[in-house]
Amino acid sequence: MAATLTTTTVGLAETFTRLKKQGKMALIPCILAGDPDLSTTAKALKLLDSCGSDIIELGIPFCDPLGDGPVIQAASARSLARGTNFNAILSMLKDVVPQISCPISLFTYYNPIHKRGVENFMSTIRDVGIHGLMVPDIPLEETESLRKEAIKKKIEMVLFTGPTTPKDRMKAIAEASQGFVYLVSSVGVTGARTSVSDRVQTLINEIKESTTKAVAVGFGISKPEHVQQVAGWGADGVIIGSAAVKILGEAKSPQEGLRELEKFIKSLRFALP
Amino acid sequence: MAVATGSSSCCKLAKPCAFTTSNSSQSPFKLKKFTASPAKSTSIRCTIARDPVVPMEAKKESDPAPWQRPDVFGRFGRFGGKFVPETLMYALSELESALHKLADDRDFQEELSGILRDYVGRETPLYFAERLTEHYRRPNGGGPHIYLKREDLNHTGAHKINNAVGQALLAKRLGKTRIIAETGAGQHGVATATVCARFGLQCIVYMGAQDMERQALNVFRMRLLGAEVRAVHSGTATLKDATSEAIRDWVTNVETTHYILGSVAGPHPYPMMVRDFHAVIGKETRRQALEKWGGKPDVLIACVGGGSNAMGLFHEFVNDKDVRLIGVEAAGFGLDSGKHAATLSKGEVGVLHGALSYLLQDEDGQIIEPHSISAGLDYPGVGPEHSFLKDEGRAEYYNVTDDEALEAFKRSSRLEGIIPALETAHALAYLEKLCPTLADGTKVVVNFSGRGDKDVQTAIKYLQV
Repeated sequence: MAATLTTTTVGLAETFTRLKKQGKMALIPCILAGDPDLSTTAKALKLLDSCGSDIIELGIPFCDPLGDGPVIQAASARSLARGTNFNAILSMLKDVVPQISCPISLFTYYNPIHKRGVENFMSTIRDVGIHGLMVPDIPLEETESLRKEAIKKKIEMVLFTGPTTPKDRMKAIAEASQGFVYLVSSVGVTGARTSVSDRVQTLINEIKESTTKAVAVGFGISKPEHVQQVAGWGADGVIIGSAAVKILGEAKSPQEGLRELEKFIKSLRFALP
Repeated sequence: MAVATGSSSCCKLAKPCAFTTSNSSQSPFKLKKFTASPAKSTSIRCTIARDPVVPMEAKKESDPAPWQRPDVFGRFGRFGGKFVPETLMYALSELESALHKLADDRDFQEELSGILRDYVGRETPLYFAERLTEHYRRPNGGGPHIYLKREDLNHTGAHKINNAVGQALLAKRLGKTRIIAETGAGQHGVATATVCARFGLQCIVYMGAQDMERQALNVFRMRLLGAEVRAVHSGTATLKDATSEAIRDWVTNVETTHYILGSVAGPHPYPMMVRDFHAVIGKETRRQALEKWGGKPDVLIACVGGGSNAMGLFHEFVNDKDVRLIGVEAAGFGLDSGKHAATLSKGEVGVLHGALSYLLQDEDGQIIEPHSISAGLDYPGVGPEHSFLKDEGRAEYYNVTDDEALEAFKRSSRLEGIIPALETAHALAYLEKLCPTLADGTKVVVNFSGRGDKDVQTAIKYLQV
């Protein structure tokens, strides 16, 4: 069945606008394609959609994920060992995206994009209905050509800012970011932490002083308490990565993984305004 | 710029071209249209002739003098840059600022020169290899003259310490007390552990589990020197994975930690900084060549893994168009075997560990596991400046197999009584193909990047002695 350009789902920025009107916060879970396998990924995407996710982030496995901690490293290694490749992921998405109501954003390191060619990459992902893109190893200075192509193909390119980003630079990032601004909660790689640093509150305020764009917080968030804390500080959305990836990838069976993931996401949804 | 002290070794840190500090009142983060470095707008493809005896095609006459190596964005032509997570960007710009200041800091330059002289043992000799020269002498009595730049005689046995010392001093200036490093063969790890012991800094070295096995002597040395050696089991468990893990540690501990990267790879300013700390090799060579034969070297040869010893020798001479620059990579089991590390011959341009450069990758952009008998050359990437020099046709890059390197390992030991590191043996091996093509009296300088004591356990498995 040919996939059509999804006109039924709205983009990232629009999603935040709608949620804001309803006084709600965005729940953005993240899973890694191909861990434990692509068919489970397909089921997980539908599951996440049905239990209240507002945006879903889908990670493309890379052999040298230098911004990721042990959980996502292990998930990437497992996925690649199974033979997951980009074409297989695209195939799966072509099938699944039309069945999903919330927008999907891809998370990938830069080399796979560079290898395909920026223009080709953007067209390809647009063709399967992807709305957003996050690339953790490309700083603001290097994003010019990517952002140009992304805008042409109506892909929202989300940029990162964090605790070590000076204010001037943070403003420039916020200005250039599409979809929303990704605030990295702590200095480090991905992975659950016991608590969310209260520096995040200051950072959220600073970003909001310079932009009306939505701010979502990620890295380290794994519990309902974290979600509530971040909500209390005025974040517009929360991103759950390693915690979700771990539940799905390290379960005894794909079925159990999906069950646990559902429970987990629902508990977070419950904690969110 | 450096002040020449009484010592003949001197280290100069170049000011990055047209550098603007991050303290300027103008925001440095104005969104600029990215354009390639103004000096070059076309990418010149360099083809390596099948028959390595034939020198590479001469490119159109391009004058290296105006090249920005690197430009303000850390680019060498289109190569280089800073492809790292946002968390590291501030640390990188802090490093750039510090380097900029140090170029004019007389105290720093003198302190560095003093350590290179009294602790590292510089300057290293430029040694006329009489019996190797004889080996390449033709029946009519003519042939090239082979000189060896003895970086193996440095403290710790390789060139790596030049950079480790410079960066350790820099780290102290930055107030960082925790040092991390990656290592392949272990020489950079040992050099880093050494300088950390010398300066009282905490030292953590990441090393691939596979490399730890084949270079066990170096692992022991690092631990004896007080460093913590952490095994990296992910990916191929070799240098590339150790580098990724070191970068992760840096992302996490950036506020307290300086990352002493061991080669001219990685994000800007590393390729420039590491090259500049090794540039003393080339500077000494120029002076020594003048003293010994009243001229310049005609050909410079060095092995290339990440490319640090090669850039250290080449940098001084890039603008001397009459000096040929030759880099030798590892062909492992042969270029067609799929088991090699000949990045500049078989790689494609991509992004690895923070820089845009040639790398060995598959059709999905995943990095291909390289192979070389020598751990230090077993890296699927290469420093961006080498990629630039290759594309410009300024430097030529060839490769030799494990077997050819082992032969050279033995030859150097037998003919000169100097056991080379297996990495260095690759440069020596290329002499077999090169020398027959050289005019009589051609002055060839081989960068003897390290000694081979660390490799005897590996060599024992392959060589009959």
